[in-house]
Amino acid sequence: MEAAMGLMRRIPPKHTETALSALLSLLPHHSSDLLSQVDQPLQVLCDVDCGKEFILCEYNRDADSYRSPWSNKYHPPLEDGPHPSPELRKLEIEANEVFAIYREQYYEGGISSVYLWEDENEGFVACFLIKKDGSKTAHGKRGYLQEGAWDAIHVIEVGPEEEGKAHYCLTSTVMLSLTTNDESSGTFNLSGSIRRQMNMDLSVAEGHLCNMGKMIEEMEGKLRNSLDQVYFGKTKEMVCTLRPPAELVQMRLPDS
Amino acid sequence: MSDDDEETSTEPEELSHKQKLEIAKWFLINSPPGEIQYVAKDVKAVLKDENVYEAAAAEAFPLYNKSHMICLQLPDRSGDVMVTSFSEITEDEYLDPRTAQVAVVNHVKQACTEVRPASDEELPSAYVEEYRCAVDAEISKYVGEAYPKGVCSVYSTKGKHVEEPGSNFELVVVILASRHSPQNFCNGSWRSIWNVVFEDELQIVELRGRMEVGAHYFEEGNVQLDAKHECKDSTAFQSPDDCAASVVNIIRHHETEYLNSLQTSYLNLPDTTFKDLRRKLPVTRTLFPWHNTMQFSLTRDISKELGIGK
Repeated sequence: MEAAMGLMRRIPPKHTETALSALLSLLPHHSSDLLSQVDQPLQVLCDVDCGKEFILCEYNRDADSYRSPWSNKYHPPLEDGPHPSPELRKLEIEANEVFAIYREQYYEGGISSVYLWEDENEGFVACFLIKKDGSKTAHGKRGYLQEGAWDAIHVIEVGPEEEGKAHYCLTSTVMLSLTTNDESSGTFNLSGSIRRQMNMDLSVAEGHLCNMGKMIEEMEGKLRNSLDQVYFGKTKEMVCTLRPPAELVQMRLPDS
Repeated sequence: MSDDDEETSTEPEELSHKQKLEIAKWFLINSPPGEIQYVAKDVKAVLKDENVYEAAAAEAFPLYNKSHMICLQLPDRSGDVMVTSFSEITEDEYLDPRTAQVAVVNHVKQACTEVRPASDEELPSAYVEEYRCAVDAEISKYVGEAYPKGVCSVYSTKGKHVEEPGSNFELVVVILASRHSPQNFCNGSWRSIWNVVFEDELQIVELRGRMEVGAHYFEEGNVQLDAKHECKDSTAFQSPDDCAASVVNIIRHHETEYLNSLQTSYLNLPDTTFKDLRRKLPVTRTLFPWHNTMQFSLTRDISKELGIGK
């Protein structure tokens, strides 16, 4: 299993789906571990009842059906698929609405979904998902990207309320890919995925949604910066190490 | 290849030998620069089948080595040989024109096992060699200046036995710079391949260049750069030394420009390209008011969004 995870860290991110398929067929007994530990680009289905799209993940799946956060129904229909309790469903509806606004503010497009379910410890788990296609043919407002995808998965475990506070454990994964392509500079593709965790104990005075939202916002900001400065920065550093920019080279030459 | 959720009925289907081999090959061939040995270890562990692994490695390593143009030291330390499709004599033998030797290579070990002098058949004619050698000298100088750890080679391909003016011939210039820093979780490579066609009738030299840069950073994550560029140029067909100088000037010019455009792409990332995926902050330039979402119903954009949502 460790070797499988090692492979996932090395193969080019754009081949994630193929690699996971391959590993699942080689290690069928580890399929549940692989599916829960390896993140894949998010898929989407359309909720036929209200014409809106929703994101698919392990957390809204039962057998081969997926539950829509809009209509709360399984697609394709399922006899006895699990649903959140009425109170949790109320929170889930609100979460989806508010998160959609958050998404619009930061992503100017894209799709979001939130799924809530009770866990065994009297708390609950929430999964916030965002899928953005930033290519110029989709939601890329400025038209820079030939191809661009951002998939974010945030899973928060919320502990039971104790003395007006609750414990929140957030695990976030961002997968992204961007490609620019033009005559003078050819194809430039950066892609990758990173995962981080954040734990906080917060007062529930303003409600769970507010706490979870703030954590996610902070985390996304950190991940975006990290990707940009550290991760992309390191690849840029590598390029400049392989072939230092001309100005530096000229300084070293004794003539011309 | 989509993999839907399995129905775990009885025993999952066992893959055939061929299927496992193809998967193993795929992982090996797609390894990032400098990482095939690490990938090989993991593939072996996941396969749990020595025979399949060895068959896959035997097919995959040569392809990977040639595609990444790996550079191996000759056993007698007389120089290096680059494993490329242009220098290939047979799958295990590669020519180093600079020292006129042929190296025998073990692909899976990525090492050179023996070396012998090249035969006349394997080498270009004296006429072509004059050009090849002049270009080699100039390109070696250029690579020495521009790439801290670069290696290069010039091969004669088409028309290598042309004895005198009157026919076309072709040279291929390859440049490789790679950096492996596994302890820093970072690896990368720059590969340039320039096809240089000497057209006798038109008395011009046509160049076609292809540059490919890759970098992989994998500390607590997996981020890779994959960039490619192609370009063309031409110059007059002159004496070997003059040609060499022009050709290398052209190469230097295009490669420098390409590096600059790569840097520009990186510069644009935070504020333009990346913004198309996710902004740093909303247009309001403030964080999202989680406790006060009703505020947004006043904003035109957001009520439009809510209008669509209802």
